[in-house]
Amino acid sequence: MRFYEYESRRLVEAAGIPVTDYGFAQTAEEARKIAQEIGGPTVIKSQVLSGGRMKAGGVQFADTPDEAARHAEAILQLEIGGHMPRGVLVDPKAQVKQEYYASVVWDGTAKKPLLLFSDMGGVDIEEVAEHHPEHVGRGHFSNLLPFSDFQAKQVIAAAGVTGRELTRLTPILARLAGLFQDRDMTLAEINPLAQLEDGSFVALDAHMEMEDEARPRQKAVLAELGIADDDVREVHEPSPFETKVGAVDAADHRGVIQGKDTGFHGNLGLVIGAGGGSLTLTDAVRSHGGDPANYSEIGGNPSVAKACGLAKAVLEKDGVEKLAVMMSIVSNTRVDIVARGVIKACLELGKEPSETIAIFRIPGAWEEEGFKILERYGIDYCDRSISMHEAARRAVASFQEDPAEAEAEAARP
Amino acid sequence: MAGIFIDVEVSDDVRGDCELAKKLQEACPVDIYAAAQEGVEVVEQNLDECILCGLCVETAPPGGVRVLKLYDGGAALER
Repeated sequence: MRFYEYESRRLVEAAGIPVTDYGFAQTAEEARKIAQEIGGPTVIKSQVLSGGRMKAGGVQFADTPDEAARHAEAILQLEIGGHMPRGVLVDPKAQVKQEYYASVVWDGTAKKPLLLFSDMGGVDIEEVAEHHPEHVGRGHFSNLLPFSDFQAKQVIAAAGVTGRELTRLTPILARLAGLFQDRDMTLAEINPLAQLEDGSFVALDAHMEMEDEARPRQKAVLAELGIADDDVREVHEPSPFETKVGAVDAADHRGVIQGKDTGFHGNLGLVIGAGGGSLTLTDAVRSHGGDPANYSEIGGNPSVAKACGLAKAVLEKDGVEKLAVMMSIVSNTRVDIVARGVIKACLELGKEPSETIAIFRIPGAWEEEGFKILERYGIDYCDRSISMHEAARRAVASFQEDPAEAEAEAARP
Repeated sequence: MAGIFIDVEVSDDVRGDCELAKKLQEACPVDIYAAAQEGVEVVEQNLDECILCGLCVETAPPGGVRVLKLYDGGAALER
């Protein structure tokens, strides 16, 4: 789950990392009072769970409390990335000498937290890593053993920082690593971590994300932040497709289906799943030049109605021309049941299954029975002897008018 | 109306047997059979959910219930 910036700041502060004397306001009047207490120029920042605040006008600078109130009023009515703000953060405008970057992110490949540091903060760290790799220090550490200050020092020094700055930054990064471990974070980022004119350091912005499954364990912290159990913190509002799939899933206890389509606008609908198969297959479709209309997960032996419901929701999406039904072999889902479901979806929508289902590749339980059904409806299918990658290629190739030409084109390196 | 993929045939003897209707209702994991006042009622909207477990065929006397796979030339589960 993702935290708002004002909550992230509280977490950072509680971990012993210096922050500015900020305040959180939900009305323009509250913003004015906070600005008065600060007693100088302020920054008014929208509290939304989406990026691009600056570009959208969600961050404004104010010289007086009245100006702060005016900006707060405007920002509180400003929708950013489909979200209305929860409030505004009123922050003193800091006199910054230099901006740094510090974060801990869960590295799923190494299965360890990764500490990252750069002396080029305030900008996109990916860009810094690409264009100025010598300015980025990084180091994995154990999520089980206590974190040592020495590990933080190594990472900071790797970015070329020495002397007093190295000494002052070390405990800050060590505390950030501790926060990551203690609070079950998947991301704990401070950007910028600013050095002020007096040489001290403060976190000017913080971005924290916690493992969803850790919510019960972190109940006390969440309660302290005023986060209710039903505050699920979706990073976007569910689309009509996602709502529809959620309703189909909730209506029947058998099996599990999920469907996501935010950011997907393609013509190839995906009914996919099993043991990491969804991610692999989505990537495989894209790597062959295909344009997925959605992401989905299907498994755990759904009913025919559930498989049908997912397939119908996918096919009813604007722009979807065909369906690829694919799973990895790590599945106990019955092939014949899914075959019935997706064919039924086509028939109920008045579509010809053989023209609509680009490929069916679900190896596993009851596959002989499933293949009989697919043959009966003339659907292109394959078993485990065909890889997921090849199945995805065939699905993408099916969009070409001339199948022979499509095969040849898809086979080209 | 039969399902798209599955149909069941229930003999007249079985169809009118209220006791057997209750057993079929209990046996079928996907609710294809309901025990009605006059005996066995086939819930047609559930026919395509049939998982071919054969429990209904085993519950009924020989020849009492046949499960037809419409996609397989009408091949039947029966005893």
